[in-house]
Amino acid sequence: MIKTTFTAGLVALVTALTSSAAMAQTEVTWWHAMGGENGAKLEEIAAGFNASQSDYKVVPVYKGSYAETLTAAIAAFRANEQPTIVQVFEVGTGTMMAAKGAVYPVYKLMADNGEPFDKSAYLAPVVGYYSDSEGNILSMPFNSSTPILYYNKDVFKKAGLDPEVAPKTWADVEDFSKKIMDSGAAKCGFTSGWISWVQLENLSAIHDQPYGTLQNGFGGLGTEFTFNGEVQVKHWDNLKKWADAGIFEYGGPVGGNDAPPKFYTQECAMYMNSSASRSAVVANSADFEVGFAPLPYYDDVIAEPKNSIIGGATLWTLNGRPADEYKGAAKFFSYLSRPEVQADWHQFTGYLPITNAAYDLGKSEGYYDKTPGADVAIKQITRGTPTDNSRGIRFGNLTQVRDVIDQEFEAMLAGSVTAKEALDTAVERGNVILRDFEAANQ
Amino acid sequence: MQTKRTIFPNRVLPYLLLTPQMLITLIFFIWPAGQAVKSSFEREDPFGFKTQFIWFQNYTKLFADPSYLNSVGRTAVFAVSVTVISMSVSLLLAIAVNRLLRTGRIYTTLLVWPYAVAPVVAGILWWFMFNPSIGILPYLLSFAGIDWNHRVNAGNAMTLIVLASSWKQISYNFLFFVAGLQSVPQSLSEAAAIDGAGPFKRFWTIIFPLLSPTTFFLMIVNINYAMFDTFGTIDATTSGGPAQSTNILVYKVYSDGFLGLNIGSSSAQSVLLMGIVIVLTVIQFRWVERRVQY
Repeated sequence: MIKTTFTAGLVALVTALTSSAAMAQTEVTWWHAMGGENGAKLEEIAAGFNASQSDYKVVPVYKGSYAETLTAAIAAFRANEQPTIVQVFEVGTGTMMAAKGAVYPVYKLMADNGEPFDKSAYLAPVVGYYSDSEGNILSMPFNSSTPILYYNKDVFKKAGLDPEVAPKTWADVEDFSKKIMDSGAAKCGFTSGWISWVQLENLSAIHDQPYGTLQNGFGGLGTEFTFNGEVQVKHWDNLKKWADAGIFEYGGPVGGNDAPPKFYTQECAMYMNSSASRSAVVANSADFEVGFAPLPYYDDVIAEPKNSIIGGATLWTLNGRPADEYKGAAKFFSYLSRPEVQADWHQFTGYLPITNAAYDLGKSEGYYDKTPGADVAIKQITRGTPTDNSRGIRFGNLTQVRDVIDQEFEAMLAGSVTAKEALDTAVERGNVILRDFEAANQ
Repeated sequence: MQTKRTIFPNRVLPYLLLTPQMLITLIFFIWPAGQAVKSSFEREDPFGFKTQFIWFQNYTKLFADPSYLNSVGRTAVFAVSVTVISMSVSLLLAIAVNRLLRTGRIYTTLLVWPYAVAPVVAGILWWFMFNPSIGILPYLLSFAGIDWNHRVNAGNAMTLIVLASSWKQISYNFLFFVAGLQSVPQSLSEAAAIDGAGPFKRFWTIIFPLLSPTTFFLMIVNINYAMFDTFGTIDATTSGGPAQSTNILVYKVYSDGFLGLNIGSSSAQSVLLMGIVIVLTVIQFRWVERRVQY
C-alpha cells in the first residue's frame, strides 16, 4: 500500500515536471509508417532526441501503412493541418518531388537553420536516389533497404548441398532448387516478396538494363518505361517456367504477404526480400539456420553485376509550419545522422546504415564479424560504379505502375499471357499512367 | 392509404427539429458528394496545386479503359453470386428454423453471430483458412486433388470472396426471412394441406409468394451490400487480385484514389457508383414497394 502511494506520488511528480517542461518546448510532429518492432525502435529514437535537449520535443505518430501515411499527409496538407515531418516511401518520391510548393527541401532546411549537412557523409546510392537534378538532397534519408537473398542452411544440408555456398547465379538457383526438391528437403525452391521491386526494378539495375528513358526518369517527366527488354522478358519467362515446375512460389501482390510464411515454415528453401526483413527472418527461424547472400544474376548477361537499388523511406519536411518547428526538425535530423544513432537503428532493423560513419562504427565494433550476413545488403548496394540504369528510378504515380506490374505478372502466372505480352502490356499501361502524371504536373 | 399528420402549433419548431438531421446530411453526405462531382471534372495533382477543368475526360477515359470495363463485369458476377447464394442459403435455414418450436430461438441466436463480425475480421479469418501455404482448406482440398491458389487462379479468388461475403450476409437475410415466415398465416398452409397440397407445393404456391416483399427488399439490400460493404473483406483477402479478377468497382475507387492518388478518375468512378445507388434506391421505393402485393 505504501509502495503504491509512493509510486503514485512519483508519477504525479514526473507528470508535473514533464508538463511544465513541455510548455516551454516546441513540439515537432512526425508522422511515420513503422509498426511492430521497428516502430518501437523509432519511438526510442525520438525519445532519445527529446532527452538529449530541452527545447524541442519530437512527437512520433503512427499513421498506418506507407500508402496510408502518404495519403494522410497529403489530405492534411490540403486542409492546412500537415505535420512538420512525414515519412514517405521510395515509391512516393516522384510524387513528393513534383509537389514543389509542399516540400521544404532538406538541404535548404539544414542551411536555413545553421545545421551542418554534408552529403558526402551519406552513402552514395542513398544520396543519388533522393537528390534532384542539381544534386541537392530533398529529403532526409532514414530507413533505406535493398533486397537480398535469404536461404535455409538446414534444408541445403539435407539436400546434400554445401550450406555455406549460396547460389550466385539464377542457373544456380534453378539447379539448387531442383536438388532440394528431388531430395525432398523442401517442397519449393524459392519465393519472393515485392515482385515489382525485386524481380523487375532491381533485376534491371543489377543487369544494367534501362527501366525507363531519360535516365530511368531522373531526366524529367517525359520519361517512358522500357522494362520490356530482352533480359527482363527472359527472367519473367523463367519465373513462369519455374512457377509451373513448383520451383518458384508466388507470394502475392505488392509486398507479397504470403511469401514470408513460405520461408518460415520451411516450405521454400530460399526467399528474396528487403534487407529490413532481417529482424523478422531472425525472429521466425528458431528451427533452422539462415544464410544471407546477394541477389542472384545471369552470368551470361553481365559478368560483374551492378549495384542493387534502394527501397524504404525518407523523411520529408512540409511547408507551412512555424519557423521554430523547422529549427527543431533540423536539430532532430542532425541527431538522426549521428553515427551511434544510425548504427543502432541499422543493426536492430536490418535497414542500411545511412552514413559512412555509421558503417565504419559497426565495423570498428566488430558487428559484421559477430553477425555474419549483416553487411550483405550494404556491399551489394555499393558494389561497382553506378550507371544511369543502376542509380535508381524516378517515376510519378509509381504505386499505380507497380500495381499494373503485379497484375500483369499474375496474368502471366495464370497462363493467360506470355512473359513478353505481360511486360509489353505493363509498359503500355504504365506509360498511360506516366502521361497522366506529366499532364497533372505541367 | 391513411397518413398520420401531426400539427405543430409553432411554425418554426418543425424546422428546428429537422435541423440536426439536415446538418448531418449536408456535412457528411451532400457536401462530400458535391466535392466528388466537382473533382470528377478536374485533373489535379495530389497536393492540389494545379487544377484543370477537363470536362468529361475522366469519364471518357474510364469507358475506354479495359480495366474499368473488366471491373464492371467482375462486380456484376460478384454481386449476383453473393445475392443468390446468401439469400438461398438463408431462406433454407429460415425454413428449417421456422419448423422448430422450442429450439428455434437458440438457432436464431447462433445464426446471427456472423453478422456481428466486422468485415475486415471476417476477411482475415477467411484469409487464414484459405491461405495457400498455411491454410487448412487448401491442405484438405489437396487430398481431393484440387490445387487451391487464389493468388494466381482467378476462379479461386472469386470463389473465396463470394464465400466470405455471403457468409457474413446470411445472418441478416436469415433474420428477415424468419420474421417474414412467421407473418405468413398458418391457416393458409393448413387449408392447403387439407386440400391435399404437399409441403413442396405449399411452399411454392403459398409461402414463397407471400414472402415476396421480404425477398425483393432483401434482393436490393444484398446487391447494395455486395457492391459497397464488402470492401473490408476484399481488402483483407485478395486486394483485388490476381490480375484484377476481384477488383470490384468500390475497391477500384479505393485503390485508384487512395493508393494511386489519382483523384480525378477515382471521383468519376465514385460518381458513377453514386448513380448506381440512386437507381437501386429508386427501384426499391417506386417499384418494389408498390408492385409487390399479395
